[in-house]
Amino acid sequence: MHTDEYILKVEDIHKAFGANEVLRGVSFEVKKGETLVFIGSSGTGKSTLLRCINQLTPPDRGRVWLHGEEVTNSGKRINYFRQRIGMVFQNFFLFDHLTALKNVEVALIRVKGMSKEAAREKALAELRQVGMEDWAGHYPAELSGGQAQRVSIARALAMDPDVILFDEPTSALDPELTREVLEVMRTLAQQGMTMLVVTHEMGFACNVANRILFMENGVIAEQGAPTILLTDPQYSRVKNFIGQFLEYNGD
Amino acid sequence: MELIPLLLDWFPYLLRGIGVTFGLVLSSLALGVIIGLPMALGQVYGSRLVRVPIGIYVWFFRGLPILVLLFLFYFGIFPGLGFDLSAFVVGAVVLGLRGAAYQSQIFRGAIQSVGEGQMVAARSLGMDRLCAVRSIILPQSMRIALPGWSNEYPNILTDSAVCYAIGVAELLTRASQIVAQTYVTMPIYLAAAGIFILMNYGGMKVLHMIERKIAIPGFGSGAM
Repeated sequence: MHTDEYILKVEDIHKAFGANEVLRGVSFEVKKGETLVFIGSSGTGKSTLLRCINQLTPPDRGRVWLHGEEVTNSGKRINYFRQRIGMVFQNFFLFDHLTALKNVEVALIRVKGMSKEAAREKALAELRQVGMEDWAGHYPAELSGGQAQRVSIARALAMDPDVILFDEPTSALDPELTREVLEVMRTLAQQGMTMLVVTHEMGFACNVANRILFMENGVIAEQGAPTILLTDPQYSRVKNFIGQFLEYNGD
Repeated sequence: MELIPLLLDWFPYLLRGIGVTFGLVLSSLALGVIIGLPMALGQVYGSRLVRVPIGIYVWFFRGLPILVLLFLFYFGIFPGLGFDLSAFVVGAVVLGLRGAAYQSQIFRGAIQSVGEGQMVAARSLGMDRLCAVRSIILPQSMRIALPGWSNEYPNILTDSAVCYAIGVAELLTRASQIVAQTYVTMPIYLAAAGIFILMNYGGMKVLHMIERKIAIPGFGSGAM
């Protein structure tokens, strides 16, 4: 058995799409309440890595453990693990035929078997948490991108997951909508939610992350606390990468 | 004999054909859903072992003229299997089996047009595939399918007159019987035609009402 100091343990994940080796041996561990931010150029396997963790994309090799239980090769039990590992997508993927409230309710009822009343109460509480309670009766097509993404965060939160994976949650959003989503995520991090975030938002990475993991060519090239990565000359690559972004932002 | 009293005399007999015609149409639409929807799901989510037989079924029932299908089943297949079925039942079943072939393709297209992300999101919450199909994919694809599926109604309604050929007592059969008895041709056939048109109009009205009732912002006939 593994010690339960680590909620999540990722071991030597490999994934290739045809001849394209996207992940070439990624390992890391996550403690409860940690926020890990994955940065790196497009195509370095960050999103694939997140999808390998909850097996939406089964890895070719390597293993994932949640609380010492193996998530990889878990057969039908993967549906249990997926309840425990929430996911937020770049394009929200809200259920288009359901109101914001029902988007949050549906898995509580269908997966957790909660009663309609209990599910409704829980869903409303989660929508309140992301500031979307007043929009409970609206359909996804009636929401702005930022609102939709906050509802999708509420949907993930409602399952009471041990960890939430954020796959470029603000990449499809305008800058002003990005802020409202990042605010919600920052609050979650402060409340002790364990989060793995793939993002190009360097401000968020530097301010909220406990650890930044810089990925290059399918491996974690450098990692550490933001302050160390930004000051220690040993970590030149990640600093250059972050520097590019700050230049573009004009800061 | 005066035309008007003659028409009035025979009209009730003709009208009873409405029920028969409607029965044919309903059974075709119902079988279309009961058989066609699972076939569509099989074609989208099934293994090769499932998809190939469905493909053959669809190819067979869409490939033959209805009249050929009717004769084949009425004079050949059903008697050959030892079933002694009335013309109405054979007509309803054949229209239904044929309707299922066409409607399965409407449903298949609708299921495939639901964005891949919907399934991914459902699975990410811990739904198994069956649950995701039932609570996420089907409610969406049924709304997408409805306009195309509604369009099957006038097709089937007009097609149903072919059951005349095996003697089902539907509208056209009754009209022809009346013509044979009275030698009045145009007014009788016009009356039958009028009834078909009214049934068509009424049915489409109901279907459009349903479409509006289940419309959701962002979906086909909805607000976007």
